[in-house]
Amino acid sequence: MIRLTREAFDPGEALNAFCRRRAATGAVASFVGLARGTGAVGPALELEAYPGFTEREIEGFVARAVEQFALQDAAVVHRIGPIDAGEAIVLVMTAAPHRRAAFEACDYLMDYLKSRAPLWKREFGPDGGRWVEPTEADLADIARWA
Amino acid sequence: MARVLLFGRLADVAGWREREIDPLPDSLCSLRDLLGREDPALAEALAGRGVRAALDQAVARGEASLAGVREVAFMPPMSGG
Repeated sequence: MIRLTREAFDPGEALNAFCRRRAATGAVASFVGLARGTGAVGPALELEAYPGFTEREIEGFVARAVEQFALQDAAVVHRIGPIDAGEAIVLVMTAAPHRRAAFEACDYLMDYLKSRAPLWKREFGPDGGRWVEPTEADLADIARWA
Repeated sequence: MARVLLFGRLADVAGWREREIDPLPDSLCSLRDLLGREDPALAEALAGRGVRAALDQAVARGEASLAGVREVAFMPPMSGG
């Protein structure tokens, strides 16, 4: 399940909902990314998506990860639009019979979202906005899975 | 006629995010040339590393033909999370 939302969301609530009715699941792993404050007035970040395309690309990638890690389920909630410091930007959740697959797939999905998902992120600092591109570290992170 | 969309820093460089182009040139390469002739800064940005194109919301491989295409998107390097 993929959800892009312009509204702030409660990661705890989404995680509780994801954990319900899982008699066959032994492990759920989750990751929450928060918008770091930069001292600027107004939103800390702005995320742009390509409506339709972005959801389908992420959906396809998550479906392949489910197969690759033999997950029982996986979900991504991602904010778009302006985001205030301290708000959740992204939530990734994975469900598997045992913990290793859940942890690894969660890590893998975050590496993908950082450098391959069709989203464009602008950070606002005291000197204005700056488009963020994947760092060397982000590219090294995704290359670990090749 | 087709819609051309720019995302992220490409839209900032060009000063527009969406435009109708009529008639659409016959290849992606010619479309890049057309947009770049009017705006050298955009030409440079479109030629930048990691810029991808999508035709009718499907990732374009190489220098695809634009015959019948209704929407062309140019996408700079992606970064979510």
